[in-house]
Amino acid sequence: MCGIAGLIHRGRKAKIGAEMTSMLQAMKHRGPDSTGFALYGEPKDHETVMRIKFAERDDLNSGFAMREKINNRRLEVTHRLEAFGVKLVSEQPATDYAHRYAFSFAGDLRKLADYIEDVEGVEILSMGRGLELIKDLGDASDVAGRYSLASFSGTHAIGHTRMATESDVDIRSAHPYWAYPFEDISVVHNGQLTNYWTMRRTLEKRGHRFVSNCDSEFIAVYLADQIDHNSSLEEAMHRSVKELDGVFTYLVATSNQLGMAKDTMAAKPMVLYEGKDLIALASEEGAIRSIFPQEIDTCDPYDGEVRVWQA
Amino acid sequence: MASLKTRAASDIKGVNAEPLSGRSMQHFFSAAEEESFLYPHAFSVDFNKRAEFDAGDLSTTQINAKIRELMSDGNGTVVVQNPMAKHSLGVGILNRLQLYFEGSLGYFGCGLIDGPNVRIKGRVGWSCGENMLAGTVIIDKNAGSCFGAAIRGGDLVCMGDVGGRTGIDQKGGTIIVGGRTGAFSAFMMQRGRMIVLGDAGNNLGDSMYDGIIYVGGNVESLGVDAVDAEMTDHDVVWLTRKLRNYGLDAPRGIANMRKIVAGKQLWNYDNLEPAEKKIVL
Repeated sequence: MCGIAGLIHRGRKAKIGAEMTSMLQAMKHRGPDSTGFALYGEPKDHETVMRIKFAERDDLNSGFAMREKINNRRLEVTHRLEAFGVKLVSEQPATDYAHRYAFSFAGDLRKLADYIEDVEGVEILSMGRGLELIKDLGDASDVAGRYSLASFSGTHAIGHTRMATESDVDIRSAHPYWAYPFEDISVVHNGQLTNYWTMRRTLEKRGHRFVSNCDSEFIAVYLADQIDHNSSLEEAMHRSVKELDGVFTYLVATSNQLGMAKDTMAAKPMVLYEGKDLIALASEEGAIRSIFPQEIDTCDPYDGEVRVWQA
Repeated sequence: MASLKTRAASDIKGVNAEPLSGRSMQHFFSAAEEESFLYPHAFSVDFNKRAEFDAGDLSTTQINAKIRELMSDGNGTVVVQNPMAKHSLGVGILNRLQLYFEGSLGYFGCGLIDGPNVRIKGRVGWSCGENMLAGTVIIDKNAGSCFGAAIRGGDLVCMGDVGGRTGIDQKGGTIIVGGRTGAFSAFMMQRGRMIVLGDAGNNLGDSMYDGIIYVGGNVESLGVDAVDAEMTDHDVVWLTRKLRNYGLDAPRGIANMRKIVAGKQLWNYDNLEPAEKKIVL
């Protein structure tokens, strides 16, 4: 089933961490397996933020040697960052197995990402100027508490609460997905793609990397690939509605945009609230109402509809 | 069950006494007998007795139980404040009741109802009025997809726009949409009437068996086996009266509405050659 949510503030910052948490918590019944956030904070000059995980959460239960292994992976990542000429600004542990790095780097992001992910057991969750991608097992309050998201301030965010149907219950298969290796692009998705494998193979042939067998990851990479080939986000999304087969509603975010697309059957739900300075979308109106105590005007986008909003 | 007060002519002639095989044409009940339609545990309510409560902190189950409790106390008018877009509110009410929701409902609002007059002063999510049997439901704002799915009777009215698959599997009653409706509306409709005052999306009336769709705006495309039909005076009279009830009117005039019915090409598959089937389906 899954629940997805997105919000974008126009021309101002807000406590998007807390807002997204309450939206996703209101949709816990749509899937409590894992929860994920793609939050867009204020970009700092010449600073890239990397969210990375060194192991799956369940790996911690596999023995005492695991913690040492995680530490070795962390040291190796730091070592490789430095070897690549990255100027490390900060490194903060979010949990035992996921860290946040801030660094300045001007070179080829794909080469850097490939080099770091080459470390066994390591997965880059996101890289970007504003984007910070947090995902873990548990409901929204759990995850937000574990990663201290309540104070996170920014312009826009997307989020996902997952009921695992097509792949495993682990962080690797949790949404949102970062469009590796394109900075600041992330996707959440509710639905199933039926031409996933054929479409994925065409992108793999072009050298794109996939960490999971989750069809949502494909949408992220697909859109980023289109944008990389000089399409606008809106054009890429229109093409996706034609080319992707299956039932889906997805949200995509870039450094300053939030987009929504629905399949041609409008098979998956989405409720849209368009205010003057805030746009909010969610699988259920109840999620939007969790940040609006008063009555609001909402509507359902139609089949094949594509919408993009600017921050 | 009500017994028959009058005997049919066939009965007097002794036709029904004969052991018949197959489908019987005999009437075993009378449609005019009031008691045939009363639920055994229906509450006796007074519309002038009014109750109001705040649903903000209550769960779905608590809200529905509270409405029931108020009915059992004889309240004929119930007002629910702050429904907060919760799912499955006002469902399964088999009673006369004036029910008001002072805000939006989530999914499956007012499903499986038989009798009440409901007014929702907000929006509803997916599948509002699902399998409704009788009564009226009026929604002031927009509605989600699968509006009035499998509805069997009563009037389900949305003043705003509704999503896709409106009246999917409609088996009776009337669905009225004040604005626009999405794709696959009246999909596999079997009976009843759907009135769309605005535009309709793709595949309107796809695979409909029977029933009538009236559209006041433009139709993006008709579905398989949905065909245009002529508006008659009978249609105009009925539409005029029906729409007046809800203070609505067709944007280009009722007489200029488009009427769509089933082409009935899908009724008998066996008569179609495989090649024809491929075209029709």
